[in-house]
Amino acid sequence: MENTIKVGMADLNVSCHPGVLTTLGLGSCVGIALYDPTTKIIGLAHVMLPSSMQAKNNSNIAKFADTAVVKLVEDMKKLGVRKENLVAKLAGGAQMFAFNQQSDMMRIGLRNVIASKEKLEELKIPIISEDTGGNHGRTIELFSEDGRLLIKTIGHGVKYI
Amino acid sequence: MTININDLNNLQLDVLREIGNIGAGNAATALAKMLNKKVDMDIPKVKILEFKEVTDILGGAESQVIGILLNVTGDITGNIMFILDYFAAQVLVNMLMYKPINDFNGFSELEFSALKEIGNILAGSYLSALSCLTNMKILPSVPDIAIDMAGAILSVPAIEFGKIGDTVLYIETEFCEGSTKVVGDFFLVPDIDSYETLLKALGVIS
Repeated sequence: MENTIKVGMADLNVSCHPGVLTTLGLGSCVGIALYDPTTKIIGLAHVMLPSSMQAKNNSNIAKFADTAVVKLVEDMKKLGVRKENLVAKLAGGAQMFAFNQQSDMMRIGLRNVIASKEKLEELKIPIISEDTGGNHGRTIELFSEDGRLLIKTIGHGVKYI
Repeated sequence: MTININDLNNLQLDVLREIGNIGAGNAATALAKMLNKKVDMDIPKVKILEFKEVTDILGGAESQVIGILLNVTGDITGNIMFILDYFAAQVLVNMLMYKPINDFNGFSELEFSALKEIGNILAGSYLSALSCLTNMKILPSVPDIAIDMAGAILSVPAIEFGKIGDTVLYIETEFCEGSTKVVGDFFLVPDIDSYETLLKALGVIS
Protein backbone atom coordinates (compact mmCIF):
# COMPACT_ATOMS: atom_id res chain seq x y z
CA MET A 1 0.00 0.00 0.00
CA GLU A 2 1.37 3.41 -0.94
CA ASN A 3 2.30 5.93 1.70
CA THR A 4 0.22 4.87 4.69
CA ILE A 5 0.46 7.25 7.64
CA LYS A 6 -0.60 6.07 11.07
CA VAL A 7 -2.52 8.48 13.27
CA GLY A 8 -2.23 7.65 16.98
CA MET A 9 -4.59 8.34 19.86
CA ALA A 10 -4.98 12.10 20.42
CA ASP A 11 -3.16 12.75 17.16
CA LEU A 12 -3.92 14.10 13.70
CA ASN A 13 -2.30 14.15 10.29
CA VAL A 14 -2.86 15.24 6.68
CA SER A 15 -1.70 13.87 3.36
CA CYS A 16 -1.58 14.81 -0.32
CA HIS A 17 -2.57 12.38 -3.05
CA PRO A 18 -1.58 9.57 -3.22
CA GLY A 19 -1.83 8.73 0.44
CA VAL A 20 -3.66 6.71 3.05
CA LEU A 21 -4.32 7.81 6.61
CA THR A 22 -5.17 5.14 9.17
CA THR A 23 -6.00 4.98 12.84
CA LEU A 24 -6.20 1.68 14.70
CA GLY A 25 -8.64 0.52 17.34
CA LEU A 26 -11.07 3.39 17.75
CA GLY A 27 -13.24 2.77 20.79
CA SER A 28 -15.04 5.66 22.41
CA CYS A 29 -12.69 7.96 20.55
CA VAL A 30 -13.87 9.43 17.26
CA GLY A 31 -12.07 9.43 13.93
CA ILE A 32 -12.78 12.63 12.00
CA ALA A 33 -11.94 12.21 8.33
CA LEU A 34 -11.83 15.23 5.99
CA TYR A 35 -11.53 15.03 2.21
CA ASP A 36 -11.26 17.51 -0.60
CA PRO A 37 -12.45 15.87 -3.85
CA THR A 38 -10.82 18.51 -6.07
CA THR A 39 -7.25 18.29 -4.72
CA LYS A 40 -7.58 14.77 -3.24
CA ILE A 41 -6.00 16.03 -0.02
CA ILE A 42 -7.05 14.12 3.11
CA GLY A 43 -6.90 14.72 6.84
CA LEU A 44 -7.65 12.48 9.81
CA ALA A 45 -7.92 13.19 13.55
CA HIS A 46 -8.31 10.68 16.41
CA VAL A 47 -9.98 12.67 19.19
CA MET A 48 -10.53 11.45 22.75
CA LEU A 49 -12.62 14.13 24.42
CA PRO A 50 -15.40 16.44 23.27
CA SER A 51 -14.26 19.84 24.44
CA SER A 52 -11.04 21.62 25.30
CA MET A 53 -13.09 24.08 27.35
CA GLN A 54 -13.83 21.49 30.04
CA ALA A 55 -10.29 20.24 30.45
CA LYS A 56 -7.73 21.55 32.88
CA ASN A 57 -4.85 20.58 30.66
CA ASN A 58 -5.64 21.38 27.04
CA SER A 59 -2.20 21.75 25.54
CA ASN A 60 -2.66 18.83 23.14
CA ILE A 61 -5.12 20.23 20.61
CA ALA A 62 -5.43 16.93 18.75
CA LYS A 63 -7.03 15.41 21.84
CA PHE A 64 -10.27 17.41 21.70
CA ALA A 65 -12.97 17.36 19.03
CA ASP A 66 -13.41 21.14 18.97
CA THR A 67 -9.74 22.08 18.60
CA ALA A 68 -8.70 19.11 16.45
CA VAL A 69 -11.20 19.94 13.68
CA VAL A 70 -9.93 23.52 13.49
CA LYS A 71 -6.29 22.41 13.39
CA LEU A 72 -7.05 19.77 10.76
CA VAL A 73 -8.70 22.35 8.48
CA GLU A 74 -5.75 24.74 8.99
CA ASP A 75 -3.20 22.07 8.11
CA MET A 76 -5.16 21.12 4.99
CA LYS A 77 -5.41 24.75 3.94
CA LYS A 78 -1.61 24.94 4.09
CA LEU A 79 -1.53 22.14 1.52
CA GLY A 80 -3.84 24.15 -0.74
CA VAL A 81 -7.33 23.06 0.25
CA ARG A 82 -10.30 25.46 0.05
CA LYS A 83 -12.51 24.97 3.08
CA GLU A 84 -15.68 25.15 0.94
CA ASN A 85 -14.61 21.97 -0.88
CA LEU A 86 -14.20 19.86 2.24
CA VAL A 87 -16.49 16.99 3.17
CA ALA A 88 -16.35 14.96 6.38
CA LYS A 89 -16.88 11.36 7.48
CA LEU A 90 -17.09 10.19 11.07
CA ALA A 91 -16.39 6.83 12.69
CA GLY A 92 -16.08 5.57 16.26
CA GLY A 93 -17.75 6.91 19.38
CA ALA A 94 -18.69 3.46 20.62
CA GLN A 95 -19.69 2.56 24.12
CA MET A 96 -17.33 -0.28 24.90
CA PHE A 97 -18.91 -1.27 28.20
CA ALA A 98 -22.64 -1.65 28.54
CA PHE A 99 -23.17 -0.96 32.20
CA ASN A 100 -23.80 2.27 33.99
CA GLN A 101 -25.06 4.32 31.08
CA GLN A 102 -25.83 7.30 33.25
CA SER A 103 -22.26 8.14 34.09
CA ASP A 104 -20.32 10.62 32.02
CA MET A 105 -17.54 8.19 31.41
CA MET A 106 -19.86 5.78 29.69
CA ARG A 107 -21.50 8.30 27.41
CA ILE A 108 -18.21 9.77 26.32
CA GLY A 109 -18.41 8.14 22.88
CA LEU A 110 -21.75 9.75 22.13
CA ARG A 111 -20.54 13.09 23.47
CA ASN A 112 -17.46 12.90 21.25
CA VAL A 113 -19.66 12.33 18.20
CA ILE A 114 -21.99 15.20 19.08
CA ALA A 115 -19.09 17.59 19.70
CA SER A 116 -17.45 16.63 16.40
CA LYS A 117 -20.70 17.22 14.50
CA GLU A 118 -21.26 20.58 16.17
CA LYS A 119 -17.80 21.81 15.24
CA LEU A 120 -18.12 20.60 11.65
CA GLU A 121 -21.50 22.26 11.35
CA GLU A 122 -20.09 25.48 12.71
CA LEU A 123 -17.37 25.39 10.05
CA LYS A 124 -20.01 24.48 7.42
CA ILE A 125 -18.31 21.23 6.48
CA PRO A 126 -20.97 18.70 5.44
CA ILE A 127 -20.86 15.19 6.94
CA ILE A 128 -21.52 12.85 4.04
CA SER A 129 -21.41 9.55 5.93
CA GLU A 130 -20.78 8.11 9.36
CA ASP A 131 -20.46 4.85 11.24
CA THR A 132 -20.70 5.78 14.89
CA GLY A 133 -22.03 4.40 18.16
CA GLY A 134 -22.55 0.72 18.89
CA ASN A 135 -20.39 -1.24 21.28
CA HIS A 136 -17.44 -2.32 19.16
CA GLY A 137 -14.03 -1.03 18.16
CA ARG A 138 -13.13 0.11 14.66
CA THR A 139 -9.97 0.48 12.60
CA ILE A 140 -10.31 3.01 9.81
CA GLU A 141 -8.39 3.85 6.64
CA LEU A 142 -8.96 6.98 4.58
CA PHE A 143 -7.92 6.85 0.91
CA SER A 144 -6.94 10.00 -1.00
CA GLU A 145 -7.95 8.40 -4.31
CA ASP A 146 -11.68 8.93 -3.79
CA GLY A 147 -12.09 9.78 -0.10
CA ARG A 148 -13.50 6.38 0.76
CA LEU A 149 -13.25 5.34 4.37
CA LEU A 150 -12.61 1.68 5.13
CA ILE A 151 -13.97 0.44 8.45
CA LYS A 152 -12.69 -2.82 9.92
CA THR A 153 -14.08 -4.46 13.05
CA ILE A 154 -13.79 -7.68 15.00
CA GLY A 155 -17.02 -9.61 14.49
CA HIS A 156 -18.95 -6.74 12.90
CA GLY A 157 -17.63 -7.01 9.37
CA VAL A 158 -15.71 -4.73 7.02
CA LYS A 159 -17.24 -1.93 5.02
CA TYR A 160 -16.66 1.30 3.16
CA ILE A 161 -18.52 4.48 3.95
CA MET B 1 -4.08 21.05 43.36
CA THR B 2 -4.27 18.72 40.41
CA ILE B 3 -1.99 15.76 40.21
CA ASN B 4 0.03 15.59 37.03
CA ILE B 5 1.21 12.10 36.31
CA ASN B 6 4.35 13.39 34.62
CA ASP B 7 5.35 15.23 37.78
CA LEU B 8 5.15 12.26 40.13
CA ASN B 9 8.44 11.86 41.93
CA ASN B 10 10.31 8.62 42.52
CA LEU B 11 8.87 8.16 45.98
CA GLN B 12 5.32 8.49 44.70
CA LEU B 13 6.04 6.12 41.84
CA ASP B 14 7.55 3.66 44.31
CA VAL B 15 4.40 3.82 46.37
CA LEU B 16 2.24 3.20 43.31
CA ARG B 17 4.48 0.30 42.36
CA GLU B 18 4.11 -1.07 45.86
CA ILE B 19 0.33 -0.79 45.66
CA GLY B 20 0.57 -2.70 42.40
CA ASN B 21 2.76 -5.28 44.05
CA ILE B 22 0.48 -5.84 47.00
CA GLY B 23 -2.67 -5.67 44.92
CA ALA B 24 -1.34 -8.10 42.35
CA GLY B 25 0.02 -10.35 45.10
CA ASN B 26 -3.43 -10.54 46.59
CA ALA B 27 -4.86 -11.20 43.15
CA ALA B 28 -2.34 -14.01 42.58
CA THR B 29 -3.35 -15.62 45.88
CA ALA B 30 -6.99 -15.42 44.83
CA LEU B 31 -6.13 -16.92 41.48
CA ALA B 32 -4.19 -19.75 43.15
CA LYS B 33 -7.20 -20.56 45.30
CA MET B 34 -9.50 -20.55 42.26
CA LEU B 35 -7.23 -22.81 40.24
CA ASN B 36 -6.11 -24.84 43.24
CA LYS B 37 -2.57 -24.52 41.94
CA LYS B 38 0.53 -22.64 42.91
CA VAL B 39 0.64 -19.29 41.15
CA ASP B 40 3.79 -17.19 40.99
CA MET B 41 4.07 -13.62 39.90
CA ASP B 42 6.75 -11.24 38.73
CA ILE B 43 7.29 -7.87 40.34
CA PRO B 44 4.69 -5.66 38.69
CA LYS B 45 5.94 -2.90 36.45
CA VAL B 46 4.49 0.57 36.80
CA LYS B 47 4.35 2.08 33.36
CA ILE B 48 3.66 5.60 32.21
CA LEU B 49 2.99 5.93 28.52
CA GLU B 50 1.96 8.63 26.10
CA PHE B 51 -1.35 8.10 24.32
CA LYS B 52 0.40 7.42 21.05
CA GLU B 53 2.19 4.46 22.61
CA VAL B 54 -0.71 3.10 24.61
CA THR B 55 -2.27 1.13 21.82
CA ASP B 56 0.99 -0.68 21.12
CA ILE B 57 0.88 -2.61 24.36
CA LEU B 58 -0.74 -6.04 24.43
CA GLY B 59 0.34 -6.88 20.88
CA GLY B 60 -0.92 -3.82 19.04
CA ALA B 61 -4.10 -1.81 18.68
CA GLU B 62 -5.90 -4.38 16.58
CA SER B 63 -5.12 -7.48 18.63
CA GLN B 64 -8.09 -8.99 20.39
CA VAL B 65 -8.15 -8.53 24.16
CA ILE B 66 -10.51 -8.99 27.06
CA GLY B 67 -11.26 -5.98 29.23
CA ILE B 68 -13.01 -6.25 32.57
CA LEU B 69 -14.17 -2.97 34.04
CA LEU B 70 -15.42 -2.20 37.54
CA ASN B 71 -16.64 1.07 38.95
CA VAL B 72 -15.13 2.10 42.25
CA THR B 73 -17.01 4.06 44.88
CA GLY B 74 -16.45 4.91 48.53
CA ASP B 75 -13.66 7.16 49.80
CA ILE B 76 -12.19 7.27 46.32
CA THR B 77 -14.15 7.10 43.09
CA GLY B 78 -13.07 5.98 39.68
CA ASN B 79 -12.59 2.77 37.77
CA ILE B 80 -10.39 -0.26 37.74
CA MET B 81 -9.80 -2.22 34.59
CA PHE B 82 -8.07 -5.53 34.11
CA ILE B 83 -6.95 -6.37 30.58
CA LEU B 84 -5.80 -9.74 29.33
CA ASP B 85 -4.89 -10.76 25.83
CA TYR B 86 -7.28 -13.23 24.22
CA PHE B 87 -4.81 -16.10 24.42
CA ALA B 88 -4.07 -15.52 28.11
CA ALA B 89 -7.77 -15.37 28.90
CA GLN B 90 -8.32 -18.65 27.10
CA VAL B 91 -5.49 -20.25 29.08
CA LEU B 92 -6.95 -19.03 32.36
CA VAL B 93 -10.42 -20.31 31.51
CA ASN B 94 -9.02 -23.65 30.37
CA MET B 95 -7.19 -24.05 33.67
CA LEU B 96 -10.28 -23.15 35.60
CA MET B 97 -12.55 -25.46 33.63
CA TYR B 98 -10.05 -28.36 33.64
CA LYS B 99 -9.77 -28.28 29.87
CA PRO B 100 -6.54 -28.86 27.92
CA ILE B 101 -4.47 -25.67 28.08
CA ASN B 102 -4.18 -25.47 24.30
CA ASP B 103 -7.89 -25.79 23.56
CA PHE B 104 -8.67 -22.58 21.68
CA ASN B 105 -12.22 -22.72 20.51
CA GLY B 106 -13.53 -19.44 21.82
CA PHE B 107 -15.68 -18.99 24.89
CA SER B 108 -18.95 -20.67 25.74
CA GLU B 109 -21.47 -18.69 27.73
CA LEU B 110 -20.39 -20.45 30.92
CA GLU B 111 -16.72 -19.77 30.17
CA PHE B 112 -17.47 -16.16 29.44
CA SER B 113 -19.15 -15.89 32.80
CA ALA B 114 -16.16 -17.62 34.45
CA LEU B 115 -13.88 -15.08 32.83
CA LYS B 116 -15.95 -12.24 34.20
CA GLU B 117 -15.68 -13.82 37.64
CA ILE B 118 -11.90 -14.14 37.32
CA GLY B 119 -11.76 -10.44 36.53
CA ASN B 120 -14.08 -9.70 39.40
CA ILE B 121 -11.99 -11.63 41.91
CA LEU B 122 -8.67 -10.28 40.65
CA ALA B 123 -9.83 -6.68 40.62
CA GLY B 124 -11.66 -7.17 43.93
CA SER B 125 -8.60 -8.57 45.69
CA TYR B 126 -6.50 -5.79 44.22
CA LEU B 127 -8.88 -3.20 45.61
CA SER B 128 -9.15 -4.82 49.02
CA ALA B 129 -5.37 -4.69 49.33
CA LEU B 130 -5.50 -1.01 48.47
CA SER B 131 -8.29 -0.52 50.96
CA CYS B 132 -6.32 -2.20 53.79
CA LEU B 133 -3.21 -0.22 52.97
CA THR B 134 -4.90 3.15 52.96
CA ASN B 135 -7.61 2.54 55.54
CA MET B 136 -10.14 3.78 53.06
CA LYS B 137 -13.48 2.38 52.09
CA ILE B 138 -13.20 1.24 48.46
CA LEU B 139 -16.17 -0.57 46.96
CA PRO B 140 -16.17 -2.24 43.56
CA SER B 141 -19.28 -2.53 41.39
CA VAL B 142 -20.30 -5.66 39.50
CA PRO B 143 -17.95 -6.13 36.57
CA ASP B 144 -18.65 -5.63 32.91
CA ILE B 145 -16.68 -7.38 30.21
CA ALA B 146 -15.83 -6.57 26.62
CA ILE B 147 -13.89 -8.49 23.99
CA ASP B 148 -12.56 -6.28 21.22
CA MET B 149 -9.53 -4.57 19.72
CA ALA B 150 -6.92 -3.54 22.29
CA GLY B 151 -7.04 0.06 21.11
CA ALA B 152 -10.77 0.27 21.58
CA ILE B 153 -10.75 -1.27 25.06
CA LEU B 154 -7.76 0.81 26.15
CA SER B 155 -9.48 3.97 24.97
CA VAL B 156 -11.80 3.70 27.99
CA PRO B 157 -9.12 4.23 30.68
CA ALA B 158 -7.08 6.42 28.31
CA ILE B 159 -9.95 8.88 27.96
CA GLU B 160 -10.19 9.14 31.74
CA PHE B 161 -6.48 9.86 31.95
CA GLY B 162 -6.93 12.29 29.06
CA LYS B 163 -9.00 14.53 31.30
CA ILE B 164 -5.98 15.27 33.48
CA GLY B 165 -2.99 14.92 31.19
CA ASP B 166 -1.40 13.29 28.20
CA THR B 167 -0.14 10.09 29.74
CA VAL B 168 -1.56 6.84 31.06
CA LEU B 169 -0.35 5.09 34.18
CA TYR B 170 -0.85 1.36 34.53
CA ILE B 171 0.55 -1.68 36.24
CA GLU B 172 1.66 -4.70 34.29
CA THR B 173 1.48 -7.97 36.15
CA GLU B 174 2.72 -11.35 35.08
CA PHE B 175 1.24 -14.48 36.63
CA CYS B 176 2.85 -17.89 36.13
CA GLU B 177 1.46 -21.34 36.79
CA GLY B 178 4.15 -23.93 36.07
CA SER B 179 5.49 -23.00 32.66
CA THR B 180 2.35 -21.15 31.62
CA LYS B 181 2.65 -17.40 31.75
CA VAL B 182 -0.31 -15.07 31.79
CA VAL B 183 0.28 -11.34 31.45
CA GLY B 184 -2.40 -8.94 32.56
CA ASP B 185 -2.53 -5.19 32.93
CA PHE B 186 -4.30 -3.35 35.71
CA PHE B 187 -5.44 0.19 35.06
CA LEU B 188 -6.43 1.90 38.26
CA VAL B 189 -8.10 5.11 37.15
CA PRO B 190 -9.09 7.27 40.09
CA ASP B 191 -11.16 10.34 39.32
CA ILE B 192 -9.09 13.53 39.32
CA ASP B 193 -9.78 14.40 42.95
CA SER B 194 -9.28 10.85 44.13
CA TYR B 195 -5.66 10.71 42.97
CA GLU B 196 -4.86 13.28 45.57
CA THR B 197 -6.94 11.50 48.23
CA LEU B 198 -5.12 8.28 47.42
CA LEU B 199 -1.61 9.70 47.56
CA LYS B 200 -2.49 11.58 50.75
CA ALA B 201 -3.80 8.43 52.42
CA LEU B 202 -0.55 6.73 51.52
CA GLY B 203 1.38 9.59 53.10
CA VAL B 204 3.34 10.64 50.03
CA ILE B 205 1.79 14.06 49.60
CA SER B 206 0.65 16.40 52.33
